Amino acid sequence: MSVLVLADHDLAKLSDATARAVSAAGQLGGAVHVLVAGSGIADVAAEAAAIAGIAKVLVADSETLADAPVEALTALIETLIGDYTHVLGIAGAVGRDVLPRLAARRGIQPVTDITTILAPDRFVRPVYAGNAFETVQSAQDTQILSVRASSFAPAGEGGAAEIVSVSVPETAGLARFVAAHRTESDAPDLQTASIVVSGGVALGSRENFRMIEELAALLGAAVGATRAAVDAGYAPNDWQVGQTGKVVAPDLYIGIGISGALQHQAGMLGAKKIVAINTDAEAPLMKLADFAYLGDLFEAVPALIAALKG
Amino acid sequence: MKILVAVKRVIDHNVRLRVRPDGSGVETAGVRMSMNPFCKNAMEEAARLKQAGTADEVVAVSIGPAKANDVLLTALAMGADRAILIETDAEVETLGVARLLKAVVEEEKPDLILMGKQAVDGDNNHTGQMLAGLLDWPQATFASAVAIEDGSVRVMREVDYGQSEHLLPLPAVVTADLRLNTPRNTALPAVMAARKKPLAVRPVAEFGVDIAPRLVVEKVEPPPPRPEGTALGSLDELVLTVRTLASGEALS
Ligand SMILES: Cc1cc2nc3c(=O)[nH]c(=O)nc-3n(C[C@H](O)[C@H](O)[C@H](O)COP(=O)(O)OP(=O)(O)OC[C@H]3O[C@@H](n4cnc5c(N)ncnc54)[C@H](O)[C@@H]3O)c2cc1C
Ligand SMILES: Nc1ncnc2c1ncn2[C@@H]1O[C@H](COP(=O)(O)O)[C@@H](O)[C@H]1O
Repeated sequence: MSVLVLADHDLAKLSDATARAVSAAGQLGGAVHVLVAGSGIADVAAEAAAIAGIAKVLVADSETLADAPVEALTALIETLIGDYTHVLGIAGAVGRDVLPRLAARRGIQPVTDITTILAPDRFVRPVYAGNAFETVQSAQDTQILSVRASSFAPAGEGGAAEIVSVSVPETAGLARFVAAHRTESDAPDLQTASIVVSGGVALGSRENFRMIEELAALLGAAVGATRAAVDAGYAPNDWQVGQTGKVVAPDLYIGIGISGALQHQAGMLGAKKIVAINTDAEAPLMKLADFAYLGDLFEAVPALIAALKG
Repeated sequence: MKILVAVKRVIDHNVRLRVRPDGSGVETAGVRMSMNPFCKNAMEEAARLKQAGTADEVVAVSIGPAKANDVLLTALAMGADRAILIETDAEVETLGVARLLKAVVEEEKPDLILMGKQAVDGDNNHTGQMLAGLLDWPQATFASAVAIEDGSVRVMREVDYGQSEHLLPLPAVVTADLRLNTPRNTALPAVMAARKKPLAVRPVAEFGVDIAPRLVVEKVEPPPPRPEGTALGSLDELVLTVRTLASGEALS
């Protein structure tokens, strides 16, 4: 048994999710190798090598890989996959893009968004926006898997894995990367943050939404939003939590002016404690919450900010 | 330009889901079904490209039971010119769906394939990527904007850090996110007209494709229930609770 983990990074830094994928890979048994693909990524590779439990870090360093092009990444993993029983990625934008493409080319049915690993061939994953969980068994020789980072604790540090470089196939792919439009924010990574403060459409404007950001900053929290808030332009798309946004499982989730539609719950049901602030006691998030405050967010949020500043 | 749109019939996203007590799956008997929301965005985009004169033919395809002709009628009412139902009562996994769609692509030779980014039953988010991989075509997933520019498609994608912009030579596969557009409601005249458009029903066996399942679904369970909550009676209580929880201490 041997597992190839696809590292997640932004060329400068390894994401917190990678150590979580490594701990998931550790549950499969066998040697764990981590693939770091990108351009100018020696530091990222060194960071990966320090994660506990890894035997080897494979580095694919090439300009053609700078912007995570799906065709080139797929071709790269195809050259390596023969050595592994499992390829495991993170259920984020890159993993979701690459793994199914790779799987189809190998004639493999992938199993994605895994929340629990029961055995090297048995997995639990949510379906129907998290309203049900299915246990699947896969008898395939090679497993192509993705895990939800928020469902696995990070592997420790102190590893000293061997770093080896691998050659990158010539095929750059047909598609051309034009530009990255990054959301600038100092807030911690949403998917692995221990506290998330989220705002809904009740905030009413982009300006008002900054209250949510201020409260989050005071708590050292990541910022989340509902689809309705993103659609209204109050928050960028990468803050969306839910079935079609990011999935979070923080210790504390504070949902402000959010009704708690099932599609939103799909992204935050794994939170350990939920606090809801809403003027409607019947809102689903108020019913779900461990602590429900019935009242106007325009009073409650300033009060929280003032108290935390004071 | 010819566009192929893949649409799936799923339990309507407004339905309160019920998991069968014996763990064998979710209850589908007597439950309202409709076109997967993301497929609606894909179909809407195709209809707009047709209306703009950019596309000259839009073909909708679905794989599913005979009843799935209802979502194809919706696609036709939204603006597809004709539809193909690949009929099967079996649950086809995403690999099988991608293989069947590849066979359709080989017959139809579209320039652009529009699909949903995920079907809200299995929430897999696989099929577009798998089809592109099988065809060796470029792919752009999670699209929030699509524009055709001579021989290429420019796509804005929703990714973890914000958005990324790509230019794909055609033919290509694009999967739709919800912010791509607002799907139209179909008015009665369009629904009536749809009934006159061609809808070919073809048995799955005709395609001679290996769609045997690779996974065994052992059981399906509801999520674990959450404990009863506490109402916070005052702003002071709210502040105290947030402070305490945020500092990582347990609240008694
Ligand atoms: C296929 C599909 C996928 C989806 N995916 C997602 C997803 O990933 N994430 C997501 O979030 N949604 C998703 N949605 C949308 C979802 O169904 C809801 O429409 C959305 O979550 C609602 O956002 P909201 O809570 O901000 O708005 P609303 O539902 O309008 O709720 C606003 C809440 O604010 C409260 N409120 C109003 N004024 C105040 C005040 N002054 N103080 C306090 N409270 C106040 C109201 O009582 C209400 O409960 C999806 C929908 C579909 C169909
Ligand atoms: N049975 C099907 N028939 C037609 N299209 C499908 C089918 N299954 C999946 N698709 C397409 O693939 C997309 C993604 O589905 P999935 O990979 O199952 O999440 C859907 O939005 C459809 O466009």
